[in-house]
Amino acid sequence: MEKIITAEHVDFHYSNDYDEEKTEPVQVLKDLSLNIKKGEFLAILGHNGCGKSTIAKHFNAILLPCGGKVYTAGFDTSDEAHLFDIRNHVGMVFQNPDNQLVATIVEEDVAFALENMGVDPAEMRERVDSALKSVGMYEYREHSPHQLSGGQKQRVAIAGIIAMRPDCIVLDEPTAMLDPKGRREVISTIRELNEKYGITIVLITHYMDEAAQADRVVVMDGGRIIMDDVPSEVFSHVEKMKSLGLDVPQVTELMFRLSELGIEGDTHIIDEDGCAEALMDILS
Amino acid sequence: MEPIIRTEKLTYTYSVGTPFEKTAVKDVDLEIEPGELIGIIGHTGSGKSTLIQHFNGLIKPTSGKIYIDGQDIWDKNSCNIRDIRFKVGLVFQYPEYQIFEETVYKDIAFGPKNMGLDEKEIDRRVRETAEIVGLSEETLGKSPFELSGGQKRRVAIAGVMAMEPKVLILDEPTAGLDPKGRDLIMSRIKEFHRRTGATVLLVSHSMEDVAKFASRIIVMNKSELFCCDETPEIFKKADEISAMGLAVPQITRVFMKLRQSGLDIRTDVYTLDFAIKTLREYMLAHGKEIPHAE
Repeated sequence: MEKIITAEHVDFHYSNDYDEEKTEPVQVLKDLSLNIKKGEFLAILGHNGCGKSTIAKHFNAILLPCGGKVYTAGFDTSDEAHLFDIRNHVGMVFQNPDNQLVATIVEEDVAFALENMGVDPAEMRERVDSALKSVGMYEYREHSPHQLSGGQKQRVAIAGIIAMRPDCIVLDEPTAMLDPKGRREVISTIRELNEKYGITIVLITHYMDEAAQADRVVVMDGGRIIMDDVPSEVFSHVEKMKSLGLDVPQVTELMFRLSELGIEGDTHIIDEDGCAEALMDILS
Repeated sequence: MEPIIRTEKLTYTYSVGTPFEKTAVKDVDLEIEPGELIGIIGHTGSGKSTLIQHFNGLIKPTSGKIYIDGQDIWDKNSCNIRDIRFKVGLVFQYPEYQIFEETVYKDIAFGPKNMGLDEKEIDRRVRETAEIVGLSEETLGKSPFELSGGQKRRVAIAGVMAMEPKVLILDEPTAGLDPKGRDLIMSRIKEFHRRTGATVLLVSHSMEDVAKFASRIIVMNKSELFCCDETPEIFKKADEISAMGLAVPQITRVFMKLRQSGLDIRTDVYTLDFAIKTLREYMLAHGKEIPHAE
């Protein structure tokens, strides 16, 4: 399968130019290599400070590696001549819904990037409308963003990216500040974009139930990738995940606890339906 | 015993007399006992934040009464509202945005200083609360802006704890943290409760968080008090609460599914320990063997 993003032996540390004492810079990413396939839904997990947001910012050249290379849609991210191409291929959505919307009307916000790109007005109209429809926010196109809920604002931010017709969207904890309803709205929007339009999704999250819905889960610790597998396999390592300061879905932990008691509990179970089915087998 | 917080027909309407008039809290009657650990859950816009802002007099009810420690807080003859602010500490969402001092020590000391305490007492309180929230001696001298997000939040919470309020109210104290950060904050709040015996109210959208913590839960729905009951009782209403748009723990939903599939099993299961116990009881009652049962 075609690759959309390739990271090769990436090293990264933040600059210490402003540090008077010139302390040794802290290495954030260490020899990190990762391939992301086109059309994939990838989740990245790791506790705060593990480097997951830092690697995500390498995917569309917000940050450049100190060592190693990142290729996005075939372009070397350190090649400034292709910066716009790279950003057209990979868009980012951040955590705080209030920090990303710039316009006073929803549809103008979605059109913001297109205006910068010099898209023809007729095409812009069409792209903005279809982007808003794909996140279920078309009927709010004439609202002001401050009238929206957190989940709705995040969907508008996503629409602003979709209007650029990217191949890939990187979302850095897009649900962290949302209520349960807002979280559900955003996650189902992301899944639909992936399934219906084949957009590659990179989702950074602290919610294990969200990561459980991905095709693949990458776990980071200390600037390195330490696990990379399908979610059921990653979460089956209950004790390891906990030792990394992470969690597993509650149902996986239940299965783990049952297996400790000698009751047949399959720790590859990561969703409610699977768990209910397994319990039915055990109980009846 | 006199309840520490009592409300009578508490009602609050925003923007009275304008087209934006909206009743955010309606006819709420509540009693909270001293030393209780209470959870408040409700969907966005259910009125829970408006409700808690009444508890330290940040907003004045449109109608109805609020009593703290037996005192009607809006009765000017018997009560000074400033004292209520010291008695009831309120920690807002994302409290780390409110940090402003140049050292962690000074930031935690800000509240006690405003209370007019002497240096020695302030020092004792700063050090004690820093210890409760798990901040080291060394951290006290640092700028709060050098700290990680989770540490900053603990500094902000310590600032309110240092006022030694009789009631501590926290609005979504774990929002936006990673699982380790969430566990740490929750265990520190419990430690504060254990040491001081203060009443603690925790506001959340997550039933899972409050279930692990609170012995009683207040459920707000559409500006009204839906119910206020012991935690296990609340989970008997899990399907109604789920319909309000709140997150019911995954484990509870699994047991609800089992029941739908025809098993005669209880559905008020909300912690893993209780889930295991329920499954074992079911297996024993149905003559199934449990390999490692002690």
